[in-house]
Amino acid sequence: MTVFLQNLINALQWGSFYAVIAIGYSMVYSILMLFNFAHGDIFMTGSYIGFGVATGLMALSAAGVIALPNWLILVLTLLISMVLTSFLGMFIERVGYRPLRDAPRASAAITGLMIGIILETGNLILLGAQRIKFPALVEPVTYDLGGVFVTNQKVLIVVVSLSLAMALHQFIRRTRWGMAMRAMAFDYVVVPLMGVPINKIAAMTFALGSGLAAAAGILFGVAYPVLDPYMGIVFGWKAFVAAILGGRGSILGATLAGFILGFIEIFVAMVFPSTLRDFIAYSIILLILVFRPYGLFGEPYSVRLRL
Amino acid sequence: MKKVFVVSVLLLASLVMVTAAVAQKAVTLKIGINAEITGDIPKVGEATKFAAQMWLEDVNKAGGIEVGGKKYKVELAIEDNESKAESAAKAATKLITVDDVIAIVGPQASKQAVPAGEVCNNYKTPMITGWSTNPNTTKDRPYVFRACFLDDFQGPALSIFAKGEYKFTKAAVLYDVASDYPKGLAEFFKKDWEKKNGPGSVVAYESFTTKDTDFSSQLTKIINSGAEFLFTPQYYNEVPLIVQQAKQLGWKKPILGSDSWASDELVKLCGKDCNGFFFVSHYASAGAKGATKEFIDRYKSKFGYVPDDVAALTWDAIGLIGQAIKNAGTITGDVKKDREAVRKALANTKNFPGITGTISFPPGSGDPIKCANIVKINDKGEFEFYKTACP
Repeated sequence: MTVFLQNLINALQWGSFYAVIAIGYSMVYSILMLFNFAHGDIFMTGSYIGFGVATGLMALSAAGVIALPNWLILVLTLLISMVLTSFLGMFIERVGYRPLRDAPRASAAITGLMIGIILETGNLILLGAQRIKFPALVEPVTYDLGGVFVTNQKVLIVVVSLSLAMALHQFIRRTRWGMAMRAMAFDYVVVPLMGVPINKIAAMTFALGSGLAAAAGILFGVAYPVLDPYMGIVFGWKAFVAAILGGRGSILGATLAGFILGFIEIFVAMVFPSTLRDFIAYSIILLILVFRPYGLFGEPYSVRLRL
Repeated sequence: MKKVFVVSVLLLASLVMVTAAVAQKAVTLKIGINAEITGDIPKVGEATKFAAQMWLEDVNKAGGIEVGGKKYKVELAIEDNESKAESAAKAATKLITVDDVIAIVGPQASKQAVPAGEVCNNYKTPMITGWSTNPNTTKDRPYVFRACFLDDFQGPALSIFAKGEYKFTKAAVLYDVASDYPKGLAEFFKKDWEKKNGPGSVVAYESFTTKDTDFSSQLTKIINSGAEFLFTPQYYNEVPLIVQQAKQLGWKKPILGSDSWASDELVKLCGKDCNGFFFVSHYASAGAKGATKEFIDRYKSKFGYVPDDVAALTWDAIGLIGQAIKNAGTITGDVKKDREAVRKALANTKNFPGITGTISFPPGSGDPIKCANIVKINDKGEFEFYKTACP
C-alpha cells in the first residue's frame, strides 16, 4: 500500500511536467492547426532562462543590493522567465511560422524541428556542453507520512502546475481573447473573416504556451537540478503525445492526459521490469488512441488534421 | 614495373636501416613513449610525458638499470600520436623500426591504443598502456599489456568491498540499459554478487534509458526491496539526480558507484548529497599514503599540479617495463632478442608494487590482476582514498 501511495505521489509530480508542457502543444495545435515541434526546446530554453534569472537574483541578493528570501527569488524567477520566454515564443511565431502560414502544413511542421535544433545548438554554443546545476531555490524538506515520503518540492510542483492549468482554462473560458481563441479553434478559415485578428491571436497563443513551458522548465530545474541542452527533446515528444491524447481544443484534456501519461509511466515501471517501461507505456497509449482517435476529450466534430 | 622497382628499393632501404641499427651496439636502452601530446586530449599526453621523465631521472640518477650485473643507461624516445588512430600506428612503427626501442609505453586512450597494439604485436615489441580499458587493446596480443584494470573488474571489486566493509548480503542495482558501459558493469556486478551471496541476492535490478531524469518509480521499488545498498554505475550527470531522488524518497543506506563517478563535475552538480558515498577508482590523490603520496608530492613540486590517473598509471606502466628489463637476465644488444626477453619477463610479473595497486599478470594475459582503490567522497566533497579491494 505504501508503495502504491508513494508511486501515486511520484506520478503526480512527473505528470505535472507533461501536463503543463502538453497545454502549450495543445493550444498551438488547436488554434493554429500546426505542430510546434520546437515546444520541447522552448521548455529547455525556459529552464535555462530561469537558471540565468535565478542566478542573477541570487547574486544581487548575496551582494546586498536587495535582500531577497529564496521563496521570493523563486516567484520572481518564475514571473520574469515566463515573460521572457513568452517573448521568445512570439518571436518564433513571427519569424518562423507567420511567413509559412499559408504554406503546406509539412513545411510548418519541419520549421518547428529546425527552430528546435537552432535553440539546442545555440545553447550549446553559448554555454558549452557541460551540465548546469540549477540553483537550489527550494531546499528539499522531506516529510515521512508513515512510509510515504513527500517533499515540499513535490507539493510546490503539483500546486503550481495545477494552478497554472486552471488559470489558463478560466482565461480561455471567460475572456474576450479566450473566446476568440476558441472560435479560431472551431474554424480556422471563417473566423478571421469575421474580424478576429489572426496575427494577434497567433502571437498570444505562442506567448501563453511558451510562458507555461518556462514555468515547467523552472519547476523541472527545482526537482531535477541538472540541465543540459538536449533535455527538451524526449520530453517534448512525450508531452506532444499527451496533447494529442487529451484531444484537440481541450486545455483540461491536455492537462489530464499529461497526468495520465505520468501515471502510466510510473505504474508500468512499478508492476513490470523497468526495462520495459516505455515499451509497455506507449503501447497502452497507442491502444487508447486506436479506440479514441480524437483523443480522450476531443470533440468529434472538430476539424481533422490537414497534414 | 616502375612501381615494383620503387617498392623494392624502399624495402631494401628499410632492410639496410634495420640491419645497420642491429649492428650498432646498444649501449643505452631506449624506451618509446607513444603519447597524445597534441590533439583532443593534450593533458593526457602531458601527464604521460611528465611521469615518464620523472621515472627516467630516478633511473639514471641510480646509474641506469642493472641487468645481469651490468648497468645500462636509459633513454626515452617520445613520439606524439596527435590523438589520432593512424598517427598512433605510425608513431609505434617509427619507434620500433627507426628508434629501435626495447619497449613502448602508450598510447593511453583506447582509440589510439588498439591500432598501436596491433603494430607492436606484429613487430613483436612489448607495449604497455596505462589508461586504455578497451578489452581489444590486449586481446590475443601476447606483446601488449596494460597497467589499469578492465571495466568488468569493478563489479567483483565492489562486491568484495560491500561484503567486507558492511557484511551486506542484499544488493540493488540501478543502471542505464541503453548505454554499454553501465549495462556491462551492472551485469558483471550482478553475476559476481549472486555467485558470492546466492541467487536472488540482487533483490532489485532496475534500469532506465539514457536522458531519463525521473527515477522515482525504480527507486521506490529499490527502497521497498529490502536492499542494503545501491550500486549505480552511472555518469556524473545522472548520479546527482539518482542520489537526490533516492534521499527524497527516504533512502538512508550507502550508494556505491563505478569509476565513471570520478569527475569534479559530480561534486559540483551533486552538492552535499553525494558526500559519504563510495566508488571504485584506479587512483585517488587525496588521502594517498606511502609510495603513492611520495609520487604525488614529487610530481606536484616538479610540475605545479596534482597528478591525475594518467600520470599515476604511466608511472606504473613504465615501472613495470623497468622491472621487466631488470628481470630479462641479459641484454644481448640484438634488440629483437632483448624485446623477446623483456616480453617474457613482463608477462611473468608477480606482485609489482605499483602506486595504483599491486600488479600481477595472469598467465597468457596482458590484463593485470590488481587491487582496486575504493574512494570515498568526503565531507568536503573531495575524492579521498579509503581502502583497497583485492579480488
